[in-house]
Amino acid sequence: MEKSRNPRSAPAIRTTEWWLTLPSFGWLLVFFVIPALIILVISFRTPDVTGGIGSGWTWGNWSAWLHADVRVLTLRTLWVSAETTAVCLALAIPVAWFMARCSVAWRGTLLLLVILPFWTNFLIRVFAWKVLLNQDGLAARLARALHIIGDGDTLLYHPGAVLLVLVYTHLPFAILPLYAAAEKFDFSLLDAARDLGASAPRAFFSVFVPGIGAGVGAAALMVFVATLGNYLIPEIVGGHESDMLGNRIAQRALSDRNLPEAAALASGLALAAVVLAAALWKWQRRQVRTHATNGPAEANPARHLQSENS
Amino acid sequence: MTPRRTFSGTVTALVLLFFHAPLIVLVANSFNASRFGGTWEGFTLHWYTDLAANREVLEAFGRTLKIALLATPAATLLGTLAAFALHRHHSRLQSAHLVCVQLPLVLPEILMGFSLLLFFIATGWGLGITAIWAAHVTFCISFVAMIILARLQDFDFTLVDAARDLGASAWQVAWRVLLPLLWPGILAGALMAFTLSIDDFVITFFVSGPGTTTLPVQIYSMMKTSRSLPVINALSALLLFGTILLVATSQWLTRPPRRP
Repeated sequence: MEKSRNPRSAPAIRTTEWWLTLPSFGWLLVFFVIPALIILVISFRTPDVTGGIGSGWTWGNWSAWLHADVRVLTLRTLWVSAETTAVCLALAIPVAWFMARCSVAWRGTLLLLVILPFWTNFLIRVFAWKVLLNQDGLAARLARALHIIGDGDTLLYHPGAVLLVLVYTHLPFAILPLYAAAEKFDFSLLDAARDLGASAPRAFFSVFVPGIGAGVGAAALMVFVATLGNYLIPEIVGGHESDMLGNRIAQRALSDRNLPEAAALASGLALAAVVLAAALWKWQRRQVRTHATNGPAEANPARHLQSENS
Repeated sequence: MTPRRTFSGTVTALVLLFFHAPLIVLVANSFNASRFGGTWEGFTLHWYTDLAANREVLEAFGRTLKIALLATPAATLLGTLAAFALHRHHSRLQSAHLVCVQLPLVLPEILMGFSLLLFFIATGWGLGITAIWAAHVTFCISFVAMIILARLQDFDFTLVDAARDLGASAWQVAWRVLLPLLWPGILAGALMAFTLSIDDFVITFFVSGPGTTTLPVQIYSMMKTSRSLPVINALSALLLFGTILLVATSQWLTRPPRRP
């Protein structure tokens, strides 16, 4: 788009590129790629009785994925992540819509109110809920007054508490990309849909939601992947029946010391996250391409003109 | 106003209440004389004086601040260079570079923590402050690069060409044109890196050795053992106040430029 018209030669540009790229690329190769490869290699080594890494090679650690208890954890992790993603999207899409339709001054204020919890220390946000849900906490007293729970009961250590706190901590991850997409959405398309006879919900679901498709994909990925590997929330507000895969990895890595098994579980989880991210990127790229040929840009000549003028 | 707007307005109001009510209760409880915070038993600054006398917490806080102050410039420099490379050049090298920059954003934190733990042990680097520092720089690079990359997309590079046509050297262009115009974005990236470094628990927990507890790790252990819970309220209130200042600064820096 804005290719530099420098009279510099191609090799000189190539040298600048290397100097710009080398520091970050080198750092990430050493501290991100190599450690990830170490994990992958260790997942094929035999465990050592002292909790270290043996010298043999084995497929055995990966078979941990087939153990009945790990299968239960996997299914629960997938289910809880799906639930969290669904609730976050259901709440975040109306919020993104409302923010995008607000006056510019209000948008700034609302954005600030959404970003603030996003920047607040994660542990503090979990702690705030632990205090509220605790036997003497405000939420627990409210639930008791409404006869939802009995005397002396707590709202903690329950799968519902895990879902609640997961939604609380991940909702900003969903709102921010959705708002970024909704802000660029051309709301006159909705008027067009209404003029053509679509009901308000119909216009919302068949014009607005697909229109912010890229944002929905990004939000779903961020929330789903962040929830997949979470182990702190089940550990702090959940009971034993709320443990997720992350808890097993942390346990094997830090307390039981079966490093190869922890490595096999962590690698599997990471591969799942990478596959999901790659699928999303591919889908988004295809979205961009189809939109470029016969998408809303073509259907809306006014917007076309605008972008040419500016 | 359409009915849809009323619905979305209600959801937005409830979501904001959901976001902030727990934090407001937390701050209120930090002034509550009651130990468990279920009922209001009068105003007190007791928990704050307790906090000021808690050596463990103060030491952890000092250590956290030191790590964040050292990790921020490194991550900002590396992230800024990465953003420039990714924006200005399109090659196979940059495709690989982009994957390396973006992957840490989607991989579970526990993987990064665990892999760095094994890396620091395998290489003989050891655990502790420098390991925590290197780990923090690593995950901050991606966030800084993404923030600055977004700013570069709106940047008018014809200014660079103009400066070069007028005879400026590459260094003059960087110092006199690029940095002055891009510093709000760079500073916003630095603030993000600073906050992420102060907040990080999972990765730090894996790579911190004995005696190198950071504030989040300290809060975690106080929470686990249910030790001095009201002191955590006071500490949280102070951290929240710090966060508000940082967010306000960052928002002010990244506000959209006023149109003439």
